[in-house]
Amino acid sequence: MSARRIIAVLLENEAGALSRIIGLFAQRNYNIESLTVAPTEDETLSRLTLTTCGDESTIEQVTKQLNKLIEVVKVVDLTDGDHIERELMLVKVRAEGAQRPEIKRVADIFRGQIVDLTPDAYTVQLTGPSEKLDAFIRAIGRAAVLEVARSGVSGIGRGDAMMRL
Amino acid sequence: MAEMLSGADMLVRALQDEGVEYLFGYPGGAALHIYDAIFKQQKVEHILVRHEQAAAHMADGYARATGRPGVVLVTSGPGATNTITGIATAHMDSTPIVVISGQVPTDQLGTDAFQETDMVGVSRPVVKHSFLVRNAAEIPMAVKKAFYIAASGRPGPVVIDVPKDATDPNAKFEYAYPKDVAMRSYNPVAHGHSGQIRAAVKLLLAAKRPVIYSGGGVVQGDAAEALTAIARRLDYPVTNTLMGLGGFPGTDRRFLGMLGLHGTFEANLAMHHADVIFAVGARFDDRVTNNPAKFCPDAKFIHLDVDPASISKIIPADIPIVGAAAPALTGMLGRLETELERNPDAIDRDAIDAWWRRIDGWRRRFGLDHDQRARGDAPLLPQQVVQAVYRATRGEAYVTADVGQHQMFAAQYYLFDEPRRWINSGGLGTMGFGLPAAMGAQFAFPDAQVVCVTGEGSFMMNMQELSTCMQYALPIKIINLNNQALGMVKQWQDMQYGGRHSHSTYKDALPDFVALAASFGHAGFRVDTLPELEAVVAEIFSDKYKDRLVFLDAWIDPDEHVYPMAIKGGAMNEMVLTRNGGPAPPP
Repeated sequence: MSARRIIAVLLENEAGALSRIIGLFAQRNYNIESLTVAPTEDETLSRLTLTTCGDESTIEQVTKQLNKLIEVVKVVDLTDGDHIERELMLVKVRAEGAQRPEIKRVADIFRGQIVDLTPDAYTVQLTGPSEKLDAFIRAIGRAAVLEVARSGVSGIGRGDAMMRL
Repeated sequence: MAEMLSGADMLVRALQDEGVEYLFGYPGGAALHIYDAIFKQQKVEHILVRHEQAAAHMADGYARATGRPGVVLVTSGPGATNTITGIATAHMDSTPIVVISGQVPTDQLGTDAFQETDMVGVSRPVVKHSFLVRNAAEIPMAVKKAFYIAASGRPGPVVIDVPKDATDPNAKFEYAYPKDVAMRSYNPVAHGHSGQIRAAVKLLLAAKRPVIYSGGGVVQGDAAEALTAIARRLDYPVTNTLMGLGGFPGTDRRFLGMLGLHGTFEANLAMHHADVIFAVGARFDDRVTNNPAKFCPDAKFIHLDVDPASISKIIPADIPIVGAAAPALTGMLGRLETELERNPDAIDRDAIDAWWRRIDGWRRRFGLDHDQRARGDAPLLPQQVVQAVYRATRGEAYVTADVGQHQMFAAQYYLFDEPRRWINSGGLGTMGFGLPAAMGAQFAFPDAQVVCVTGEGSFMMNMQELSTCMQYALPIKIINLNNQALGMVKQWQDMQYGGRHSHSTYKDALPDFVALAASFGHAGFRVDTLPELEAVVAEIFSDKYKDRLVFLDAWIDPDEHVYPMAIKGGAMNEMVLTRNGGPAPPP
């Protein structure tokens, strides 16, 4: 059974650390659907969130192999427990004449914001789980979408669950 | 007042402080400041190789023989990339080496400068870890961490890439070698979990058809003594992987021989029919398991390994134990004694006796010697050569091998009673490993008997090192099982490609190896019949050649195959036993 997983990784904020993670996935034929990384409040650490999919034994290997990397400090499979998942999308949508109010309405329904505009287009900012962003694109219609920039998934455990050293 | 040293001096000093005896290396532009620092000291002896690949294998051979990290020093670009095969070899077999590579100056990084290669990038998939030194002050800590990481946990190769400006002789820094190192992101587990150990002992004691399957982790983890004590206390059979030979005494009656693709009939059958398999420091490599779906259908698995990622990677473990082999096995032995004290009849002796009778039956019918036939005009067989070497060295030599048929014959017919005596490239299967690895072992133990069993194909991949052997007067004995072909390739072509020997022979293009050895000042012999064999082997291992390298060119039957051979995609009880014998009869 192949399932989508969200794995959070704390790693030393050092040059080359990220390349080891990406190299590991390529080398071991694991799949990366998305990957985000940024420094944390502790500047010696970066937090990386990646989404991957695989059966249970593959995911077990992914987390074990990640843990083996010397710069990796902690690995948590967020999908093991309740968690919050968010992705940011900036999407440039064709919006001309009569379409303009309709696009605006759809953006409102998805709680998106129009953050830039030209006479022919809106740039909409949207956050949410990945499926919500997918749904927005379907609602607007692919033909109207001019450009998409997605951040990839970021995630955090719900409640008291905390990922720290 | 702290000592002020240049980066180059700090690097060499750090190696001294780490207790390094030898540096295997080759100079070049980006490493010249370091070479100048080496020139000014005596503590670390630099060995000048003829090819950087060989330097890495020498360090590896040194590490495998001693358990201490072997160290390599090379320049940037081609010097660095030439070590990659050696690093990958060490990585696959989990041996501790530290490779220091020169790099172009920091301000030229990324500019495609002369002899620039992204060494950290190129080596990344085959190292345990790597460091790119950003400035000279980082050198002592990088060295400290490199040695710590290389030798602890599951050992492996570590690269330190040092830009030339970081070794500038005119820029001096305070030097202090760190006493210890703590890393929040790297804490290898030592002792196994006591609950898991209790469960494992319970399952072991309840076994009716047990097998202990031990690998390189027992050798590398200095756990042979503890493993042997457990096996003898239980009187259970032991099989070793190719990497694990010597982890249990080869002459003990409980030893079933090597298992796997070219394992013994009895080892593979015992595995197949076992009800409990205790895997220690072994990783269920595909050359062992053959088809994982058909692997040991009746067995429950206890798997002890220092690397959690090795556990349940191929075969799910019923009782996983993460821990270093030696402390975990010692813990198990203690637990075992407690259990047996409480209940002396905990082991079902009748079942174990019956199990031994079955195993001994397999051993009698199809032990390795089954294939030791003398044909009509009796060409010399490779097995006979290995056995003659075994007798002449009383089984006490350090034996290195290259890769191919000769490697399997050595593994099958030389019985190792001690760990770290058998040194071969098991995981990566690197031809050209044998001679430099033997050199590393000989540097480590100058008075020991070191033998390199090789084939002419493998030997020619690093034969330039005969010159290094001349320079340092290394008295290695090279046993060349010469079948005038790439024997293992040819065997597969015989068995799977209708005998079409596509590019596996070079019959009329071989050098005169005796003359070749002589040209480097070494002694050379040639043998091609059984009656001459004993005398020649006795002579080369006699005192007369104690201080000289001897090359024995043994012309063997070019048609000999390695058997047993597992049938591709089969279970462990599916083997071909003889050239014309077809598959083994089902036991």
